[in-house]
Amino acid sequence: MSNRNTGLAVEAEGLVRSFGSTRALDGLDLRVPAGTVYGVLGPNGAGKTTAVRVLATLLRPDGGTARVFGHDVVRDADAVRSRVSLTGQYASLDEDLTGAENLVLLGRLLGLGRVAARDRAEQLLAAFGLTEAAGRQVKKYSGGMRRRIDIAASILNTPDLLFLDEPTTGLDPRSRNQVWAIVRAVVAYGTTVLLTTQYLDEADQLAGRIAVVDHGRVIAEGTPGELKASIGAGSVHIRLRDPEQRPQAEQVLRASLGVPVQLAADPAALTARVGEHGTDLEAGTQAARALGELAAAGIVVDDFSLGQPSLDEVFLALTDHPAVPADERDDELEAAR
Amino acid sequence: MSDTAITTGRAPSVYMPSAEALATVLAPAERPTRPSALSASLTFGWRALLKIKHVPEQLFDVTAFPIIMVLMFTYLFGGALADSPRAYLQFFLPGIMVTSVVMITMYTGVGLNSDIEKGVFDRIRTLPVWRPAALVGMIFGDVLRYVLAAVVILTVGVVLGFRPDGGLFGVLAGIGLLVVFSFAFSWVWTFFGLVLRSEKSVMGTSMMVLFPLTFLSNVFVDPSTMPGWLQAFVKVNPITQLVTSVRAAMAGSMDGPSTMWMLLWSALFVVVFGTLTMYRYNRR
Repeated sequence: MSNRNTGLAVEAEGLVRSFGSTRALDGLDLRVPAGTVYGVLGPNGAGKTTAVRVLATLLRPDGGTARVFGHDVVRDADAVRSRVSLTGQYASLDEDLTGAENLVLLGRLLGLGRVAARDRAEQLLAAFGLTEAAGRQVKKYSGGMRRRIDIAASILNTPDLLFLDEPTTGLDPRSRNQVWAIVRAVVAYGTTVLLTTQYLDEADQLAGRIAVVDHGRVIAEGTPGELKASIGAGSVHIRLRDPEQRPQAEQVLRASLGVPVQLAADPAALTARVGEHGTDLEAGTQAARALGELAAAGIVVDDFSLGQPSLDEVFLALTDHPAVPADERDDELEAAR
Repeated sequence: MSDTAITTGRAPSVYMPSAEALATVLAPAERPTRPSALSASLTFGWRALLKIKHVPEQLFDVTAFPIIMVLMFTYLFGGALADSPRAYLQFFLPGIMVTSVVMITMYTGVGLNSDIEKGVFDRIRTLPVWRPAALVGMIFGDVLRYVLAAVVILTVGVVLGFRPDGGLFGVLAGIGLLVVFSFAFSWVWTFFGLVLRSEKSVMGTSMMVLFPLTFLSNVFVDPSTMPGWLQAFVKVNPITQLVTSVRAAMAGSMDGPSTMWMLLWSALFVVVFGTLTMYRYNRR
């Protein structure tokens, strides 16, 4: 048995899984170091959830192999199950039961005695701020509380590897921060966390390494710093007072920054990548210079921001197409014409 | 329990995870030993009981539905098929009891299907427990519903004038046979619950199987009045075997061949559909 904190928690090679004619996984490779938070970043339909389901033994791959702490997910599924926990995208608890009942039930199934299961449930409810909601049916919980009870259920057996499938999608900012704090605490106690997300800033905040997934394969992998360096430090978003001036502004920006400028759906807005080669200072300087040139050309800027690239921009940089599922993309191209 | 304490994600005050509180639950502890197959199944059975406690409306189909069935058919057919509803009831009650309970077995499939849809099953399937436990436990819970339905029907029957010759013991034996068969038959529905896409299609398919199976039997009328080809089907229909054996038990005797056939059918359902169910369950 490999140690929970060293070596590789996940080793996947060439995973393939199709649903009908859709190839959800198309040769996915993943190596997750134990004891870290690993982010799997991608748009809807990229294959993130399918990958998690294969690694958590819920789905069998059509091809390729995957090992979790050295155990094959197909041949040795039981050994994998005893070391992992999954918090799915959808409520993975019995909504008709109360929060406490759900936790006691799971505790019993994991082998705790009656009293021990009850104690553990109480501890978890307290730690996750749910003591007062213990006796309420889970279906009456708010979105943030539901996420918390879901995660509480997942760490009931202090797993060695915790899968969190889009843990903050649909949460308000406050609940999202709570989930982030929990993830940090979980990994600090030695549990490896594999987290899927659609948000670059989430992966950036939490993950030690990130894999960017598109169409069922990994298209980029590295630390957040490496990824950002490869795609540019950020983007400058500009909104003009007069939409009529946009073509002119586009020319000025392209000349000043030396990169393609994207025209947003908003007729007065433009976006461009800055800091292609690394440092934030350079990005800031570039942006400031570009703004100066816009002013000199008599273009009035109403709103301006310099930020991290969005997932869309990451995808544009890596794949030359925005982060939308294949079938939607064609529609968008149609609509754009 | 105050219902107003927490209605939004903000209450109470604002939860912010504290490192100390999380530390107490995150410290790695000794792994408990894996529960036995029986203990895991019983725990899942407990889940079924909790669901009944929280959603008692789900008992409607094992209480009101059987009562309606008994009243409806007793007075609809009683005068035509026997001298009086009361006379018909002596023949009919064991049969309608079988029909009602066997019809209720389809909810096993419906319940399983909705579980899968809601995602609870993902968590259950990642637990390191005996694989069939979740399904066996679910059916344990359903068996309780079968017993309840049988008792409700019997009570209505006795009120209407059903007087079984077998007495209490005969009645209990009859219910026992019915429960054994229904437990086995439920595995047909767990398979459909896993294979079909929605609750509706599970319902539709089960009705298509259950209607002919229960009506083309000896539940309502004596098969000797039917055309030969239909008699041939009625004769091999497991429901006919079950009804004959339950009738005999309640009448205080025992129909050896029918009971044997009915037990063989039960074994067949568990072996064939239990295996198919587990195959699908592991491979979804």
